Amino acid sequence: MIEKALTGSKGYYTWLGFLGIFILTGVGCYLYQFNEGLRITGLSRDVSWGFYIAQFTFLVGVAASAVMLVLPYYLHDVKAFGKITILGEFLAIASVTMCILFIFVDLGNPVRILNVMMYPTPNSILFWDMIVLNGYLFLNIFIGWNVLAAERKAVAPPKWVKPLIYISIPWAVSIHTVTAFLYAGLPGRHFWLTAIMAVRFLGSAFAAGPALLVILALIVRRTTGFDAGNEAIKKLINIITYAMLASIFFVILEIFTAFYSNIPSHKHALQYLFWGLEGHNKYTTWTWISVVVGILSALLLLLPWTRNKIGIAAVACAGVFASLWIEKGLTLVVTGFIPNPLEQVVEYAPTLPEILIGLGVWATGFLVLTLLYKIATDVKLDPNSAHVH
Amino acid sequence: MGLNRRDFLKIAGVSSLFGLGGKLAWEVLGPGALEASTKPAPLTAAKHWAMVIDTRKFKSEADMQKCIDACNKAHNVPQIPGAKEEIKWIWLEKYGHVFPDDEHQYVSEAVEHKRFLTFCNHCTNPPCVRVCPTQATFKRADGIVMMDMHRCIGCRFCMAGCPYGSRSFNWGDPRRYLKEPTNPEYPTRSKGVVEKCTFCEERLAKGLHPACVEASNGALIFGDLANPNSEVRKLLKENYSIRRKPGLGTAPNLFYLV
Repeated sequence: MIEKALTGSKGYYTWLGFLGIFILTGVGCYLYQFNEGLRITGLSRDVSWGFYIAQFTFLVGVAASAVMLVLPYYLHDVKAFGKITILGEFLAIASVTMCILFIFVDLGNPVRILNVMMYPTPNSILFWDMIVLNGYLFLNIFIGWNVLAAERKAVAPPKWVKPLIYISIPWAVSIHTVTAFLYAGLPGRHFWLTAIMAVRFLGSAFAAGPALLVILALIVRRTTGFDAGNEAIKKLINIITYAMLASIFFVILEIFTAFYSNIPSHKHALQYLFWGLEGHNKYTTWTWISVVVGILSALLLLLPWTRNKIGIAAVACAGVFASLWIEKGLTLVVTGFIPNPLEQVVEYAPTLPEILIGLGVWATGFLVLTLLYKIATDVKLDPNSAHVH
Repeated sequence: MGLNRRDFLKIAGVSSLFGLGGKLAWEVLGPGALEASTKPAPLTAAKHWAMVIDTRKFKSEADMQKCIDACNKAHNVPQIPGAKEEIKWIWLEKYGHVFPDDEHQYVSEAVEHKRFLTFCNHCTNPPCVRVCPTQATFKRADGIVMMDMHRCIGCRFCMAGCPYGSRSFNWGDPRRYLKEPTNPEYPTRSKGVVEKCTFCEERLAKGLHPACVEASNGALIFGDLANPNSEVRKLLKENYSIRRKPGLGTAPNLFYLV
């Protein structure tokens, strides 16, 4: 099937070239970082994780796109998802690839990365994160590839794929839970030390992943003619709506606990986000954009006279994605370090090379995604293929 | 065999220095053979290292600076300008920063304006050790929270885990900032690894006190918390002491007398 990714229209090659420019720029900047160390980033002794780890955290959520299709389709037999499921699984592959790359570029000593496997340490959540992320990557590769290959040959997928599909459902929950546990178990980081962190991750993941998928499905429909079906998109929009509302609700819960209890250390991070702390306010504008765009998008998706217009719904999906990107891909990680353990406010902003490396990783993810989608749509549109449920 | 890998390597290293090699070394280092002759000096025998910081005994910040300088010199800690990339093993902070939970607006002026020495607490339940994915930071049987800078992958999870801000990361190459001559007894570091105070385990192994203790003129007292007759135990019995953020359950092993 791989040969299908090698031939395409002029537009296809132009898009690949466009991504290639970002990838090469990212690689160049990464070589600079590799030689100079992470000092080329905006990170510091006080804010020791930033843009990279935040992207990783957000993209774990995007990988949830798969489970929100696989679960209804295979467990509840929602036939409308028959055509779109492969797009979700392939988006998960691209997302997890980006997650792993973002962890890699964040390491101070990347050449020692295999130490995580050479000295397995079950008490470290990062050890478990490595297992669940790689596991989820391989599950989606095996499932997506085999189901698609079977479809091309117009036969039923091999029997051993079914158990993998069922395993992939709780496995998807595990990637969010374990990633949340990276943060939620640290004493002294009050912003992260919250029992609803994992459920917040699930809520925002079930909104952000499918939101991107809706947009991608619409782009695929326009560029390749492969139509995942309006029925599927409408059902996805319902999922996004309630996941987004739950996400907003969870943030309100955090705000209530911090401010009603009136415990200063619990309030500080939220104060920093919404109003600034001790005159430091780098992220207040971002935070308010996230809040306003998030609520507006949720409303557009909730009200029948806007959600049924596919154009408006697509814009609202982009809004959901942007709002949650600001929350998970920018502020959640950085704010955990503010104030620092000595109650001092040290701010952080990514540097240009840091952003370019980040864009390079995003472009790599979209390259993987484009190649996989090209293969998937070619197979789906081939009149000799047959979909066997 | 009565030796663990670490001790074996130490003895093997020392013995090869003295030209013990081959068959002879194996016979000498064989199980049980060296036990008697490697009997540790008293300072290396503790079960639970701890330090008492008698802040009353420091007459001025210059006295505390002597401890800091001694540490920096002993461990080749680079002096990097700017707060962003700083490497700090032991340093000075205001009362409100060291003890944020105990600060209030009517605290005595002497305390409010005083700065305190702060460094790794060598917690009994260290969160940094719990989160490290490679055991590059680990707790020794004698209570020291150690750092293996050759194993560290630079993920900085320990820095997020430490509730005291006691860990520093080498954002760039620290050797650029080292003033010659460096201390040849202690290795310099490469970029991309985390480092911190190690209670001078390399000095303890030789039967010496930590460098800061030696330079403190009696204001820093180091000893075995498990020994009821040790000086640290005596001081803690006779004085009111506080620790940093005790509510987190990390059980620090630095005790401040204020």
